[in-house]
Amino acid sequence: MELAFSSEEIVFRDEIRAFIAEKLPDSARKNRGRWPHWSKDDVVTWQRILNAKGWAVPHWPEEYGGTNWTAVQRYIFIEELLKAPTPEPLSFNVNMVGPVICTFGNKDQKEYFLPKLRNLDIWFCQGFSEPGAGSDLASLKTSAVKDGNEYVVNGQKIWTSQAQSADWIFALVRTDPEAAKPQMGISFLLIDMKSPGVTVRAIETIDEARHVNEVFFDNVRVPISNIVGEENKGWDYAKFLLGNERTGIARVGLSRERLNRARNLAAKLPSFDGSLANDPQFKRKCATVEMQLKSLEITIMRIIDRQRRRNDSAPDPATSMLKLRGAEIQQTTAELLADVAGPMVAPTGQVRAAYDGDFPAELEETLGIIPHYFNSRAATIYGGSNEIQRNIISKGILGL
Amino acid sequence: MDFELSNEQQLLKDSVNRLITENYDLKSRQTIIQSANGYSQEMWQQLADLGLLGLSFSSEHGGFDGGPVEQMIVMEAFGAGLVIEPYLSTVILGGNALKLSANGSNKSELLKKISTGDHLIAFAHSERHSRYQLSHVKTKAHVENNNWVLNGEKTTVIHAGVADTLIISARTKGTNDSTDGISLFLVPAETNGVTLRSYPTIDGMRATDIQLSNVSLPENALLGKCDNSYLIIENIEQQGIAAVAAESVGAMQCVLDMTVEYLKTRTQFGRPIGDFQVLQHRAADMYVAVEEARSIAIYAAMMVMEVDIEKRRHAMSTTKAQIGLSCREVGQGGIQLHGGIGITEEYAIGHYFKRLSMIERQFGDFEHHMTILSMMDTPE
Repeated sequence: MELAFSSEEIVFRDEIRAFIAEKLPDSARKNRGRWPHWSKDDVVTWQRILNAKGWAVPHWPEEYGGTNWTAVQRYIFIEELLKAPTPEPLSFNVNMVGPVICTFGNKDQKEYFLPKLRNLDIWFCQGFSEPGAGSDLASLKTSAVKDGNEYVVNGQKIWTSQAQSADWIFALVRTDPEAAKPQMGISFLLIDMKSPGVTVRAIETIDEARHVNEVFFDNVRVPISNIVGEENKGWDYAKFLLGNERTGIARVGLSRERLNRARNLAAKLPSFDGSLANDPQFKRKCATVEMQLKSLEITIMRIIDRQRRRNDSAPDPATSMLKLRGAEIQQTTAELLADVAGPMVAPTGQVRAAYDGDFPAELEETLGIIPHYFNSRAATIYGGSNEIQRNIISKGILGL
Repeated sequence: MDFELSNEQQLLKDSVNRLITENYDLKSRQTIIQSANGYSQEMWQQLADLGLLGLSFSSEHGGFDGGPVEQMIVMEAFGAGLVIEPYLSTVILGGNALKLSANGSNKSELLKKISTGDHLIAFAHSERHSRYQLSHVKTKAHVENNNWVLNGEKTTVIHAGVADTLIISARTKGTNDSTDGISLFLVPAETNGVTLRSYPTIDGMRATDIQLSNVSLPENALLGKCDNSYLIIENIEQQGIAAVAAESVGAMQCVLDMTVEYLKTRTQFGRPIGDFQVLQHRAADMYVAVEEARSIAIYAAMMVMEVDIEKRRHAMSTTKAQIGLSCREVGQGGIQLHGGIGITEEYAIGHYFKRLSMIERQFGDFEHHMTILSMMDTPE
């Protein structure tokens, strides 16, 4: 048993840090901590920088651009990106649809999509949830009916993050409404967002940003060749997708970065006779988060280590624990930052206009804090709510 | 980074687990609790024969050169069996006190006698109002005619009633709460002026209040450097933290397993109560708490020998804080999900709850260690 990072792993971490320090563009640097997050341009530019280095999709098979890193190296890599922070590699491309195509796609799909996914020449979004199918995803109704060489797709997706930026959508559609179980009649379909009949409508959220949308399909014609794997096997691919590369899901680096921001901001603010950074209650809250992060981090390492040993790709229900605790801690840190900022969180983004081009850089930093806090409430909802994660633990691990 | 046990470690784990499952059920444990000494000499000898008593001592002292990971394996198994033998007091606290501060033939001889099962030790540091403050030592030691003379009182010292040797902390300088001026002494339990009042503790062990009245000791009774034992005491307690962390993991896993089993078998409203989602979710939270404790117990094993004092202090307080949280969540959850039967003496769960509740309070509780962490900078 060796519990510390090896010297090679430390060298690797330092290499990643140096790369970020050198290559992260000034424009992205400037947008750190702002709200809304990074611009589309920041995300695309950074992903292309990573791709040029060969680091865009570390966990993919080597033949499709993977780096053949160990699970520990992959973990170090993503955590360093989060901690810096840099824009995140677009999860829809690199963690979701990419590995599905690598594993279940045909030769043409691999050749066409994989290079474009790596380089973010194509931006994908995820079409899973529907108005009547949230936690109970298998009850989805969007239909795809075969007509010659095409499917005709009708229905509606909701909570579709970044659909406004997307070129394509990977969608779960019902191809066999008569199937014995709802899970058995679903297919995994790639749809060009420019197809006639696709409409995207923004959903306004409480965090002053545009993330989520409704996507409507009205007699959208999709070539049959856009189906991934076999017809009616889509549920299996979706489960594969959700269980894939889950160890990054706890986003420890993100929480650490937020904790640092809270401390830095607190150091500038007064509290009674001293600085808020020295307030015992505040220090206690920070220390509690750090204690929780330490437990979480070692739990992640243990799960990575176990996966390496098992050497198969079956989803490990223990990763539900990472999502559960990781999301809770993300919320705690977002809350902490908002508590530090106190009444400074009140202005909306329109305060910029009121300053008429003379906006103090300092204010830019606090502007994103409350939207960020509001947004963090979704962390325990998306990707399987915390209640769903508890269901998975109780059924998959405890056998209840 | 590698979390796999070596072949030797796996073997150790298997043999300790076998020993406990074959010899240590709730009934035999109750018999041991009611025996005169409060521990089983037969069991103790078996631990010695298996090499567990000298496991972490160096081979020159008759040990097996085991490290914190080996210690963790043993303590986890003891936690699962709710073992009440004086292992923590003799091997962990006593053994480390000797390793960290004794010198010469004294040390070697005592360690050898511990590993053969022929010598028991108690670490007598706590006083009635010291709570978790390690520097709170009112017991005094002064020199008189080339002898040390000790006066004072030590309270709730685990397993002091059966110990051959007491390791007693006393103030040789300074005020009641100063870290400077604390020394350690090796005191044979039979020494004149030592009065022992022993009693059972709530978790099935034994403890002793020790009265020291003009206890006269030879010059060489001093362990380590005069006035300078505070950091040694802290380190001994940190070894204790790593040990009870692992012990609690073994106990908590049992609580979780028993609880899940109960949820599957107990029926109400015509179905197993484990069908109810609200109970499933509480069990899932217990599972997470156990896994967090398991992770932090590994962390403790990794950090307990760290030479940088600040880093070690931060790590061990992190450990004990998490362990405190987990013990409470799992212990209380286990009782709640069992319902009324959970609070009976007859049923095992309550006994685990008792031990977990004591572990929460050993070597500092959650609140105490969070206060320490709040006052510290985070080491990189």
